[in-house]
Amino acid sequence: MSAFQKKLLAGLVIMALMSPLGIYLPQLFKSEDAWGEWSPEKLKELIGFVPAGLERLADLWKAPIPDYNAAGEGASFGAQAFWYVASALAGIAIGGGIAFLLGRALRRRDK
Amino acid sequence: MHIPDGYLSPQTYIPLLGAAAVFWSTALRKVRDRLSHRHVPYLAMAAAFSFLIQMFNIPIPGGTSGHAVGGAVIAILLGPWAAVLAISIVLVIQAVVFGDGGITAIGANCFNMATVLPFIGYGTFKAVCGTAREGTRVAVAAFLAGYIGLFAASLTAAVQFGIQPIIAADAQGTPLYAPYPLSVAVPAMVFQHLILFGVVEGMVTVLLLRYFIRNEKDLIYAFGGGQA
Repeated sequence: MSAFQKKLLAGLVIMALMSPLGIYLPQLFKSEDAWGEWSPEKLKELIGFVPAGLERLADLWKAPIPDYNAAGEGASFGAQAFWYVASALAGIAIGGGIAFLLGRALRRRDK
Repeated sequence: MHIPDGYLSPQTYIPLLGAAAVFWSTALRKVRDRLSHRHVPYLAMAAAFSFLIQMFNIPIPGGTSGHAVGGAVIAILLGPWAAVLAISIVLVIQAVVFGDGGITAIGANCFNMATVLPFIGYGTFKAVCGTAREGTRVAVAAFLAGYIGLFAASLTAAVQFGIQPIIAADAQGTPLYAPYPLSVAVPAMVFQHLILFGVVEGMVTVLLLRYFIRNEKDLIYAFGGGQA
């Protein structure tokens, strides 16, 4: 690994450690979820009902770590931040790992 | 921009899964035996970077929140087809492990963020940059690549949301899936990406490209690097 690549990797780890900013800032500025990503409950508040098809599909999949937070929605900021950083590090490992293996499998073998 | 399960009707998400499958298989074919071995570690870091940058939710005070994707800069550095693969890997992990984006909407989300974004971003960069290899022109091209790329992705996502009340309503006209019409979905999605998230995507593109120009200039795909 070159010195430049090591620097980039260090940058990625720093990003992971700083990632709780991504939950802190929206709380600080009282901003809501992304547009169109509301839970069925939130949608009911917004329009007064939960569309039938949406209700049927919404809980199709139970993700192991929903919203990068295994501690639950009511957990303290510290617990949420912990899971957020853990998710970020897992994202580096899993995403980077799969992309690396795929790249290794697909690369041009000219030298 | 991660469309959850339930917002898209099957008549939308099934064709988009098909479209994404076409892009995935084409990307595998385009990258196979062409990806430079020197690009392999960067492909891995690109996927990691895209995952991370998407965790930095940026608030619009009192409004919604959103994030950059890093799709334009990945396309410029490694090529748009490699970007399709890197970002799709990220989006699938987000949906399966973290429930960010729906399982049924994986095709739609990969179409918007892993295909529209890198290709529009790359095309914009090449068109604006021309033969320039440094300086203001490259910076402007990089900014516009991120800005217009993310705008385009927000537009296709907004259209997917907005057509639901038209194509999927019950006999009384009550929407079965995403409830807001195009006249609400398109302005809402597009506006927030034009005023904030697209600006961040543009800045991320400029800064990372500048860093690569200083350190690994001969590897930059859009400048001919790593291509056979």
